[in-house]
Amino acid sequence: MQEFAQQLLNGLSWGSIYALIALGYTMVYGVLRFINFAHGDVYMVGAFLAYYIAHAVGAGSHPSVAAAALVLLGSMVGCAILGVIIERAAYRPLRRQPRLTVLITAIGVSLLLENAGQLVFGADPKFFPQFIPGRNLSVGGVVVTSHQIVILGVSLLLMAGLHTFVMKTKTGMALRAVSFHREAASLMGIPTDRIISITFAVGSALAAAAGVLVGLSNPKIDPLMGLLPGLKAFVAAVLGGIGNIPGAMIGGLILGVAEVLVSGYISSTLRDAIAFGILIVILLTRPTGLLGRGQVEKV
Amino acid sequence: MSGARRAWMAVERFATASLVGRLAALAVTIAVLVVLDRALSRLLNPYVFRILMLCGINIVLAVSLNLINGFTGQFSIGHAGFMAIGGYAAAAMTTYWGPAALKAFAAVGLAGGIGTSMLFVLALLFGGLLAAAAGLLVGIPSLRLRGDYLAIVTLGFGEIIRVVILNLDFLGGARGFPGIPRYTNFFWVAFSGVVVVLVVRNLVSSAYGLAFRMVRDDETAAAAMGVDTTRFKVMAFVIGAFFAGIAGALFGHYLIYLHTNSFTFMKSFEIVIMVVLGGMGSIIGSVIAAILLTILPELLRSVQQYRMVFYSALLIVLMLTRPQGLFGSGTPFGLGRLWSKRREVRRAA
Amino acid sequence: MPPENGVLLDLNDCSIQFGGLKAVDGFDLRMSKGELVGLIGPNGAGKTTVFNLITGVYQPTRGEMLLKGRRLNGLKTHRITALGIARTFQNIRLFSSLSVRDNVRSALHIHCSLGIWDVVWRGKRFAEREGWVQGRAGELLEIFGLAGVANEPATSLPYGMQRRLEIARALGTEPSLLLLDEPAAGMNPHEKRELMQLIEWVRERFGLTILLIEHDMSVVMGICRRILVLDYGVTIAEGSPEEIRRHPKVIEAYLGEAAS
Repeated sequence: MQEFAQQLLNGLSWGSIYALIALGYTMVYGVLRFINFAHGDVYMVGAFLAYYIAHAVGAGSHPSVAAAALVLLGSMVGCAILGVIIERAAYRPLRRQPRLTVLITAIGVSLLLENAGQLVFGADPKFFPQFIPGRNLSVGGVVVTSHQIVILGVSLLLMAGLHTFVMKTKTGMALRAVSFHREAASLMGIPTDRIISITFAVGSALAAAAGVLVGLSNPKIDPLMGLLPGLKAFVAAVLGGIGNIPGAMIGGLILGVAEVLVSGYISSTLRDAIAFGILIVILLTRPTGLLGRGQVEKV
Repeated sequence: MSGARRAWMAVERFATASLVGRLAALAVTIAVLVVLDRALSRLLNPYVFRILMLCGINIVLAVSLNLINGFTGQFSIGHAGFMAIGGYAAAAMTTYWGPAALKAFAAVGLAGGIGTSMLFVLALLFGGLLAAAAGLLVGIPSLRLRGDYLAIVTLGFGEIIRVVILNLDFLGGARGFPGIPRYTNFFWVAFSGVVVVLVVRNLVSSAYGLAFRMVRDDETAAAAMGVDTTRFKVMAFVIGAFFAGIAGALFGHYLIYLHTNSFTFMKSFEIVIMVVLGGMGSIIGSVIAAILLTILPELLRSVQQYRMVFYSALLIVLMLTRPQGLFGSGTPFGLGRLWSKRREVRRAA
Repeated sequence: MPPENGVLLDLNDCSIQFGGLKAVDGFDLRMSKGELVGLIGPNGAGKTTVFNLITGVYQPTRGEMLLKGRRLNGLKTHRITALGIARTFQNIRLFSSLSVRDNVRSALHIHCSLGIWDVVWRGKRFAEREGWVQGRAGELLEIFGLAGVANEPATSLPYGMQRRLEIARALGTEPSLLLLDEPAAGMNPHEKRELMQLIEWVRERFGLTILLIEHDMSVVMGICRRILVLDYGVTIAEGSPEEIRRHPKVIEAYLGEAAS
């Protein structure tokens, strides 16, 4: 029981990373109806930005709350800008092209970020500076690390912030309108292009946060680190119901827990197959995901 | 070009007119390829020869994926998974059952070259069929899913296949599968290439096979024309996977060692890029792109670290400027000409 | 139910619901062989949905559909096409990457009766069928005056010709019942007159029964002997053009409450 609780905790903290990445997928899918394959790589860039900022401000050697916040915010802002640039340069010119073209372009952007990353950051893994001291807390036999507390706390805060942004602000309302029906929203005077940019900025910032948080718990970062988590986070988004924001959070948590439980109780090599197994099952049985709505295709 | 085309059509008419014509065509093809095989393996230096072989294997992969992605409009990014199944299945067959089979062949008088050729043909077919079975399995979701969703499912299938192989001890698992006999030679690669090009062309150019492109253009209209869209989508996956399996078998018996790292989704992407670069729905385009993208990395070897950056940038620029691919229009031998021919109507009423 | 003499299509109480919306409710239609029936109604009345029900794109939530006494319920679109129903689409759905000729050939796919091996092997059987398809496609192109543009991409044709090509393609499947969905949409008066003649002519030449959806009253009134009017998924009137023109409910549906 105690071990199970421990696994559950590990799963939740791992899952909240997925959830943060999944939010970006789901938001972009909501407004543009396509899978931004490069999203996982934005998460990687987020981790590297944090690495360089942390070194620049010496956060590794002199940990402080202010330094940690600076690293997190810097990385988020950097990735938000990156996300907007990607959308402007690669996706916006293809707005009226077939979805397949956009999808292939997204794969291209993903490959570009990975390979440019290898060139700029170097192909070897780097050690992420531990700007939050690692301490272990024991609660009833369950070990809680300070990193896990930070991961869970920060992601909870970001998700609550996102929820408020989407549900309570005017921009959030416009975002919902665009994802409901882009053309109609545009006719209602909503600047759809700007909303799409904002969506990319917010989604990318969340991915960057995930990158920073993952660096804390798994301090080895490399330019290909975004590939698999990116794909899995997409699975999480589908699991929750693509285009659905609470769905992405729930999907991420479920996937994280499932992975940790499988590798803990069955086999760690199967860990990477779980996500895709879930994906296939969910797409065949309930393609709209746990919280998604169905729609009829018009002939 | 039209003179060459007419000549080719005459040859083809002769070859398909009767069984004799067919056998003659087959014999000539085999003879030419055998001669080429002997000549090239002796004349070319091993490095160039190796690139030539990889070109051939990539042609089989690209053309077969083009049937799924280009002609039928399904988007698969899991081709490396089918390739892995074919490669490992064939390797397991020749490594585990090969010696016994060769002995049995020898007992009935099929010793030496003929015996190994027979064994290899069986292994190629076995790899192909097993991959085709996997293709059937992957094809089924394609009935329900479109575009991005299908893409991610095929990618997922590919990864699952890889992880499963990684966990199978008799296939070497994480250590890899060593000691595969080197049966692949130029002849088998070229022969497979010819077969895949002919099969895909025959399929898509016939009135019956128009159904593939009908499904791609407009599924609803295709069904209204009486096309069983389900059947054709699954068929595209099964046939495409079959040839990917063959390519995998050729690959394994050429490198004489297999590792799951050769079959990650990066390999799948590579094949997709070949198809896209060549032009979706252009067979000749796939062939040329496969050759280009096999040779190009070798030429860029001196600037190794910029290679993939160049590749991915190329892909993006291509999509932004010429999404129909390099050879999407007007290609010889009627192999392409399918994708984007936007000429003005001159004689329109 | 045994097929009654001369009845080709028999729709009984067909209904379909999308969520809470009754798109078509209790639709009845019985068409005799050789009839040309018009189906009219305001936008969103459910006309195209009727076509989608007949062709198996949607399944009715209630009711029965019979073609020559054979039940259509539950059949997939391609099976229904094989039974002899062909259609055109409101928003022209030609195969955009195929040539004009290949669009016509596409309809002949259904008569190929070949297996995949025949096609790959290209034996005698294949040559014979493929030859037949070529010939038949040529005939259809000739009949519809499209032979001159046979090798052009289908979507590069002018609008009126695309409509004609779509009808030619539908006829390639050799239907006994043809469903035309707003064939006159976007045509000028001259083209409309040509279209009316074409419809009359193909009906006689191919011995067809035709169900026609059309917005343009001059076209419907000009060629249909019998007209059904749908509004909000319900048949509000049925009769000859004269009767329909004077029917108070039809006038109301088209002109709104103000006129009544």
